[in-house]
Amino acid sequence: MLSYLAKRLAGFVPLLLGISFVSFLVMAMAPGTPVDLMTDLNPKASPEARERLEKFYGLDQPLYVQYGLWLGRIVQGDLGTSFSRDRRPVLDKIAEALPITLFLNVLDLALILGLAIPIGIYSAARQYSLVDRATTVFVFIGFAMPSFWVALLAMMLFGEQLGWLPISGLRSLDYDSMSALGQIGDRVRHLILPVGIAALTGLAGLSRYMRSSMLEVLRQDYIQTARAKGLSETVVVYRHALRNALLPVVTILGLSIPGLIGGSVIAETIFAIPGMGRLFYTSVLMRDYPVVMGITLIGAVLTLLGNLLADLMYVAVDPRLRKR
Amino acid sequence: MLRRLLRNPLAAAGGLIVLALFAAAAGAPWLAPYDPSDFDAAYVLDGPSVRHLLGTDGLGRDVLSRMLFGARVSLMVGFVSVGIASLVGVTLGAVAGYFRGVVDTVLMRFVDVMLTFPTFFLILAVIAYLDASIWNIMLVIGLTSWMGVCRLVRAEVLSLRERDFLVAAEALGMKPSRVILRHALPNAMAPVFVAGILGVAGAILVESALSFLGIGVQPPQPSWGNILTEGKSTLGVAWWLSVCPGLAILITVLGYNLLGEGLRDVLDPRLRAR
Repeated sequence: MLSYLAKRLAGFVPLLLGISFVSFLVMAMAPGTPVDLMTDLNPKASPEARERLEKFYGLDQPLYVQYGLWLGRIVQGDLGTSFSRDRRPVLDKIAEALPITLFLNVLDLALILGLAIPIGIYSAARQYSLVDRATTVFVFIGFAMPSFWVALLAMMLFGEQLGWLPISGLRSLDYDSMSALGQIGDRVRHLILPVGIAALTGLAGLSRYMRSSMLEVLRQDYIQTARAKGLSETVVVYRHALRNALLPVVTILGLSIPGLIGGSVIAETIFAIPGMGRLFYTSVLMRDYPVVMGITLIGAVLTLLGNLLADLMYVAVDPRLRKR
Repeated sequence: MLRRLLRNPLAAAGGLIVLALFAAAAGAPWLAPYDPSDFDAAYVLDGPSVRHLLGTDGLGRDVLSRMLFGARVSLMVGFVSVGIASLVGVTLGAVAGYFRGVVDTVLMRFVDVMLTFPTFFLILAVIAYLDASIWNIMLVIGLTSWMGVCRLVRAEVLSLRERDFLVAAEALGMKPSRVILRHALPNAMAPVFVAGILGVAGAILVESALSFLGIGVQPPQPSWGNILTEGKSTLGVAWWLSVCPGLAILITVLGYNLLGEGLRDVLDPRLRAR
């Protein structure tokens, strides 16, 4: 297990290098250097000052040296300083927003899994039943629905027409004056729409996947054996088939992480949630390149970690892999 | 083949939707009751009526006309970006699968790296540097969505390479470019075609999301996504601005997905058995 982990981690090194290189190239493509941006805002900047700044940032060096310098800073956890007026370190800004995004994504994922797995099992166990047909239709529509549109409709219905749920932010304006219980309730009410919609749109893919994985397993010989032994269908499905059917779902889970993280841009922007997605969006609008690059990099690293987690889970649930 | 496709009712429905969209996009100037940028000052934010079938927006522009012209945008974005993605993916995939060895390893590691970036982040990051315009959007979507096709083509070429007819072609002393173009790729195109149709749906979704966020197709050029942006700001007042373009996106994406899945069944007998 440990040697497997070590091997996987070693495999990440070239990937991380590649990620950093692509990020660097995208940044180097940008019109204008950080020095331009700083001196443009300051009419008093002399050519000498510009030169000094360029030296400071290593912009007088060839591109590969610049990449080395930049990589050196990244490794030390220095993602640079935001171009926005507050001039705060990029890492601080991300550290502030990231937990919110992670929390929401974990919640989304838990809800998606909690719903998709039972739906998938049921449609597979009763293939071509009414429920199975209904979910198939839902899945096709779910794939085609733009999540931001569903969010818009839900805001219109539950927020504007019925007035049941708040449509922006993570808490109300009078949050501080609420009782402890009221505060929890307020938070939950704010989470229902963003999390519910993320789950609704994420449900389609995973439940479909669970269904086909289950169908595949139910055709295996050992299931025939279990049925031949006279076990009830419930035991066959839940004891014998389920564990095996879950295996590929673990892989798909790892693969869906970049989509989830990317999707938080849309969800957080619509619902005005101060997470990493919204920070990214506002930084793109303000052309705050250091923050944009920092988040892109962190997003990729998060994906890598997610894949690693999925791999570890895979090993944990599949005894065949543990022996190797 | 066409008959088999038509026998699948869902695929036929998908094909019909796609055809209707082509017709709507091509015929937009004649079908649209108004010029999409004409203001009807007396009917600002007016609900659906006989005069304006799908209502008007905040400037008094006819929503139906704008949506018809928006169909052109999504059609163009869908096909051009998939074209770019297919070109890059097929080329790199064929090269990797044919030459194997170091070339293959380097290219596949590059694919791994690209797949690690949340695509939407990468697209937005590039948009931050370039200006948001329909051309840049198509380029960026294309250049961030070729990895699946690349893997697909590589796998096909890798297995085709062992077949006798390819070995024969090589033994005859053909140049690699000719072997790839004339013998390997034609036999690997079916899954690329299916992936392309499904890719159009994906590209349309991404474009509409970008336009909705205000970093895609820029107004006054109408796109389904940017009509929805106005729908958001007039949420409780003008439901037609939120409902209609979204439904259009939904139906369009559904059409391409159904057609793509249907084509997959027809083109790939191995899958049909299941």
